[in-house]
Amino acid sequence: MNTDFSLLIPEFILAGVGFFILAVDMLLPKSWEQRRNGVTASSAALGLAIVFVVALVREWNEVEVRFLYDQLIFVDRYSLLFKALFTATGFAVVLMSVDYVGRKMRHPGEYYSMIVFAVLGAVLMSESGELLTAFISVELLAFSLYVLVGLSRGDGRSAEASTKYILLGAISTGIMLYGISLLYGALGTTVFTEMRPGLGRGFDLTLTLGFVLFVSGLGFKLSMVPFHMWVPDVYEGAPTPITALIAVMSKAAAVALLLRFLAEAGLSSIDDWRMPIALLAAATMVVGSVTAMVQHNIKRLLAYSSIAQVGFVLIGVVTLSIDGANAVLLHLVGYAFTNLAAFAVVIAVESRTGKEEISDYAGLATRSPLMAMVMTGALFSLAGLPIFAGFVTKFFLFTAATAEGLLWLATIAVVSSVISLYYYLRIVREMYINEPSDNSPLTVPVLTKATLWLLFAGTVAVGVYPGPWVDAIDAATTALGPLV
Amino acid sequence: VDYLERHILETLIYLPMLAGLVLVFVPREQLMLVRWIGIGTSLLLLAGSIFVFAAFDYGEGAEVFQMVRVYPWLEQVGTGAREALSAGAAPEDVGIAFRLGVDGIAAPMVLLTGIVSLAGAVVAANIEKENKNYYILLFLLIAGVYGTFVSTDLFFFFFFYELAIVPMYLLIGVWGSSSTFKTFARPKEYGALKLVLMIVAGSVLVWVVILAVFVEAGSTTFDILALGEAARAQENGAFSNLFQGVMFVLVMIGFGLLAGLWPFHTWSPDGHVAAPTSVSMLHAGVLMKLGAFGIIRVGMMVLPQGMQDLALVLFILGTINVIYGAVSALAQNDLKYVIGYSSVSHMGYVLMGIATMEAVGVTGATLQMFSHGIMTALLFTIVGGIYERTHTRDTLVLNGLASRMGWGASAFMIAALASIGLPGLSGFMAEVMVFIGAFRTEPVLGAIGVFGALITAVYMLRLVARAFFGERDSQWDNLKDLSPREFIASAVLIVPIFFVGIYPVPFLNVIGPGVDAILTGMGR
Repeated sequence: MNTDFSLLIPEFILAGVGFFILAVDMLLPKSWEQRRNGVTASSAALGLAIVFVVALVREWNEVEVRFLYDQLIFVDRYSLLFKALFTATGFAVVLMSVDYVGRKMRHPGEYYSMIVFAVLGAVLMSESGELLTAFISVELLAFSLYVLVGLSRGDGRSAEASTKYILLGAISTGIMLYGISLLYGALGTTVFTEMRPGLGRGFDLTLTLGFVLFVSGLGFKLSMVPFHMWVPDVYEGAPTPITALIAVMSKAAAVALLLRFLAEAGLSSIDDWRMPIALLAAATMVVGSVTAMVQHNIKRLLAYSSIAQVGFVLIGVVTLSIDGANAVLLHLVGYAFTNLAAFAVVIAVESRTGKEEISDYAGLATRSPLMAMVMTGALFSLAGLPIFAGFVTKFFLFTAATAEGLLWLATIAVVSSVISLYYYLRIVREMYINEPSDNSPLTVPVLTKATLWLLFAGTVAVGVYPGPWVDAIDAATTALGPLV
Repeated sequence: VDYLERHILETLIYLPMLAGLVLVFVPREQLMLVRWIGIGTSLLLLAGSIFVFAAFDYGEGAEVFQMVRVYPWLEQVGTGAREALSAGAAPEDVGIAFRLGVDGIAAPMVLLTGIVSLAGAVVAANIEKENKNYYILLFLLIAGVYGTFVSTDLFFFFFFYELAIVPMYLLIGVWGSSSTFKTFARPKEYGALKLVLMIVAGSVLVWVVILAVFVEAGSTTFDILALGEAARAQENGAFSNLFQGVMFVLVMIGFGLLAGLWPFHTWSPDGHVAAPTSVSMLHAGVLMKLGAFGIIRVGMMVLPQGMQDLALVLFILGTINVIYGAVSALAQNDLKYVIGYSSVSHMGYVLMGIATMEAVGVTGATLQMFSHGIMTALLFTIVGGIYERTHTRDTLVLNGLASRMGWGASAFMIAALASIGLPGLSGFMAEVMVFIGAFRTEPVLGAIGVFGALITAVYMLRLVARAFFGERDSQWDNLKDLSPREFIASAVLIVPIFFVGIYPVPFLNVIGPGVDAILTGMGR
């Protein structure tokens, strides 16, 4: 049994940073009250940046041991890639939060430490190679998010969102746990790789039920239709940077876990579950795209659009080919840049004007050309138009799906992208064509400006030259067991 | 020259993008600088386009695709890619590569883009509101158009095709003009949204075709030529007739939509009317050609059997286009709607010519694309100028303008006569060739098409007579003739109209081998 703790150094750092922020927040002298936000934010940012660097520089090239404690935790390039993605996402969210928290929130310490713990949970989800470890990681992420969603004290919507999230989350946890127990009962193991032969044996009610319940529990975290009902309310009520964190990181972590589970354990029974999940993917895309059309709140709109995006990701997941897995990872990377860019604008607008209706974006192009440009780029990327990330990543997803004989699914996907273009153009129209009610320019701090430029550049970089990204992703997915 | 010849095609794509990027960082108050960058860049583009056309070798034994460049872009696409790579295939032959090259059909299109871009950029300097952003979007559009014409990789072909559509929404929505009629209004947002959504919906079909063709061919590359080979291969790689037929229908509708194919043309008049002058010029002049070009590139080259089986359908639809567009134009009183519908009608000749699948007809179609692109851009230049001065486009209100706008009237006359097909102007040669091809293959439809040309003469001459001649209303007494900018733009467009009309030989030389190669590929 391998117990080389040094492989877990990044996780120890993350946990340490989380507690460090809590301690600093508690011990900070009264005279430093003004700097509380800055101090806690910079510790969080620094900690995440260190882990990012460690993950990429130290470990990427010298991974020999693939797992720890008899496959409880995998430290391979697949999890390293997600570690880098999650820490980078967390870093970006911290950057976006500084201005927002300074204006709207009272407890920066808890806020930033919970973000770090959420990142830790997400990282562990991508690393876990066994059902119970996966479950604990899922819960670590979920509990951090429950707290974060309800942290806007004094805002009724935040409290409501948090309550809904906790209640529905608890149900999904129960479902998932029941599924795990059934799987364990039928197979006598919780380790993914050891489950493969048992799952491929053919129909067995206990086994099938366990599989379905486990995937459903994950589907809740993933906001897969029909488990998506919580998404709009939570997105709307949560502090906006946390909405971004849920939209990008929590989804990606669930995908990471699902993909590893299906590749390591579910591969042998692929013919049984491919079609049901493909149908759910189609439903997710269509429901997300169509429902988004009637939204007036930008956060709700992005919520539905993120549901649609999950549908796209599931297309890649059901192919379970190397190309499909690559496409999923690339889509997650491109989607992270894109969605963070969109949310960065929403956060900046909200913390300057306090408004979040789509009609409040009227004339944004004259009030802040940079924000309007970044938002337009992000929306076009979500709609899958060149030169932005969405075009290339969707192209890969659809190519992979078609190669596995799922042309019908790809067709539904392209059609729902056109539907989504309709409501993205509505926002573009508000920003560029409609006249603002208030003509004063919106100025944003340099930090926000830099974040916006960075995310925009990332969206374009994935869109025009995905080569280097795909090389890294290719190395990651080859670690992922024998794909189709 | 050698260096230039190797890198000219990518330069034509990068240069407008670079100009757009530079403009992002130019302060918007620096109007003169913005305009000089805009016009200067398009001058360079025109020079580059002329070079591409002039350097194209049409001699005996010359390559079909010339100035070819291939840059590896992404290898790990498609199931066979990894095996092919480990078997020692060159990286640029696997997956998606940035493949550039022009054949006899793309070369005149590149030249057309250069000419219309320059004229458009000159006219665009008239824009007062946010001129800088206008140029940025215009250059994105131009980069997309160049990219589509010179890409021989299906992925990049589609990439640039979509890129050319994206900026249209903002260009029309922000800088366009709304029209009100007696009973209803057509706000500019309506035109913009209709145009973009319809064309993107069409491109969805193309997207499905690309995916299906790539997988069906079992190909490891998106090279259009390689996919065409796969379609023709006699062994088990060949596409079945049914597959080709279904895919061709999607191609015909998807690309045909942008070419104004009836009954999917409805975005075209509304979009053109709402668009600002230089966007109308580029859109009717160049962008609609992308649709017809797509049918040739993907339909004829990758799905030859599907094209053969369904050519008659395309032929009939093209003929309906001619008649329907002409009759609709006859019923319009709005200058821009007349020209918008006349574009639908003229694109019908292009579709008819393509559907002949016969050397003279297809050559005529290509020449018609060039000719129509130039003359419709000229028509929109003058109409835009008139609208800026009079703030109306109603031919019942406009009259006798020729006595105040001598140059404008002359330029309009030249374009109108070219569109009627007067000998000595560009339209004549093109239409005659299309008709010859049509009569050789489907005489009845050809005859109907000629009838369409007759209606064109009616509405064009009636328009000229009403708006430019007759008694002048006193409210037009103080109209000014073309401004220097409009004059330059018109001159840039008039020169090729006469050139092609009087001396079409260079064009026929260049187009000929390209058409022959495609028809040979189709086994005809």
